[in-house]
Amino acid sequence: MANLLIENLSVSFPLYHGESRSLKKTVFAAASGRLGEDRKRRLVVEALRDISFSLTSGDRLGFIGSNGAGKTTLLRSMAGIYEPVAGRIIIDGAVTALLDPGQGMNFELTGRENIRLRGLFNGFNDRQIAQLQEDVAFFAELGQFLELPVRTYSSGMIVRLGFALATSIKPQILLMDEWILAGDASFLDKARHRLETMVRGAEILVLSSHNSDIIMQWCNRVIWMDGGKVRADGPPEEVLAAYLSPEQFAQVKAQMRVEVTAPV
Amino acid sequence: MNIITPETGQAGSHIEAEMSQVGRPPGRPVTITATPGWHGKIKMARADIALALRLWPLVWTLSLLDIRLRYRGSLLGPFWLTLSTAVMVGSIGFLYSHLFHQNVAAYLPFLSISLVLWAFISTVTAEGCMCYTASEGMIRAMRMPLSLHAIRVVLRNILVLAHNIVVIVVVFVIFRVVPSAAVISLPPALALWAVDAFAVSLMLGIFGARFRDIPPIIGSIMQIAFYLTPVMWNPVMLMHRGVSAVLVKWNPFYALLEIVRGPLLGGPLEPQVWALALGYSAVLIAISGVVFLRARARIAYWV
Repeated sequence: MANLLIENLSVSFPLYHGESRSLKKTVFAAASGRLGEDRKRRLVVEALRDISFSLTSGDRLGFIGSNGAGKTTLLRSMAGIYEPVAGRIIIDGAVTALLDPGQGMNFELTGRENIRLRGLFNGFNDRQIAQLQEDVAFFAELGQFLELPVRTYSSGMIVRLGFALATSIKPQILLMDEWILAGDASFLDKARHRLETMVRGAEILVLSSHNSDIIMQWCNRVIWMDGGKVRADGPPEEVLAAYLSPEQFAQVKAQMRVEVTAPV
Repeated sequence: MNIITPETGQAGSHIEAEMSQVGRPPGRPVTITATPGWHGKIKMARADIALALRLWPLVWTLSLLDIRLRYRGSLLGPFWLTLSTAVMVGSIGFLYSHLFHQNVAAYLPFLSISLVLWAFISTVTAEGCMCYTASEGMIRAMRMPLSLHAIRVVLRNILVLAHNIVVIVVVFVIFRVVPSAAVISLPPALALWAVDAFAVSLMLGIFGARFRDIPPIIGSIMQIAFYLTPVMWNPVMLMHRGVSAVLVKWNPFYALLEIVRGPLLGGPLEPQVWALALGYSAVLIAISGVVFLRARARIAYWV
């Protein structure tokens, strides 16, 4: 059983280069409404403001919102990377975050070495690591590339490696940013199949994406982020209906109908 | 093209079943609270270091790969470390023994230990400043204990040190230097070095992440410290010229060097030097601990 609780979460990034607030900054701040001051009167960007929600096993949450709405920062906070400035996060379950394709891999090392490091990070023994390497190699279809430094990979190969790595070590809570959509169509199918078997095991999936089709297909709950705050939270159809223009929404609905009725 | 069968989708299932959650034992949720107060901060910092220590196979592999990567594709590999130290000790040894009017047989053993130990100190401080910024990718990709990066710097440099010890051994054999019985104090001395190196990396890494001017400043300070500390010169050599006692007596680097170097060169166990080394280390560890407690949660924002 996995749970994730976010309580009154606020995250802000300090801006160290502008020590005092100039007139220009004040005007800019008033205009955008995202700059503030912390207790020590330092200039900060308020990336997330007073966010609360909770997730439990079986939840598949999608984040939507414009660029800079705070989706990625929120994912990073949920992964425990950014510790909050205010509020509380309670993570109950093993988290894997697919936030960027690099995934903390060392690009000078070979794919195999990077897989080994990930295995060690999860406390695997040699036998489990060998199994992990086999599993990742098979899923990512990297073949002989596994013996080459990751920097020689194409961006698609890095995505496949990152995704395979993150999902081979079965997380209870999987946090994904939209870069995963960089894969080709056949890989997307495969990825979806893998995610579905994973999510069926009553785990939590959190996905941030600009692609409404993906959100509709994969999520059973959607949060609309706007300016670092939650603008709407509810079932995908309701939130997307409010988020998208009527024409776009009709298009997504039509797309869904095609995919549902299409023979597999 | 590979056809996906239901089995491939679940190829990882047998791993899942027996996977041991070293990172987060199941049933123990992680709570991250903003401004937790000192008690909470100490708890978080302790958990951080405890988890880093539990992940020692990862730290070990990272350090080993760091060194292997540095010499990947080179013919001699990591033995370049040994070779370049040997060349440096040999050339500087003969030159300076001449300049300082010293007997090579007495000077070279002294110099070999001093240079190898100083190389450890200066690389740990230089790399310690970068320990978080250099691991930026990892820090921003997943939650992991931050002290792990400091331990990695220490372990990597211990491995380098191990390669350089060969040079000291060879010099000692050639010049027939016999360490004194006080050499039994060597294990605790080296342990103190390791703890100090960890404290330095933990602290300087934070300063280096927050203030990007720190690495060059530390570099300059260490350069000055190198000339002021009896590394190349033996205090005995220059006593008659009235070298300031401050450089020797109250110099923290001298105390740390001497607890290792003294007994190896046949000197006695010096309680006064040990007291200084322990005192300076206690201060260093205390400052480093406070800095880590206060800044740990902010490191991810700074890198």
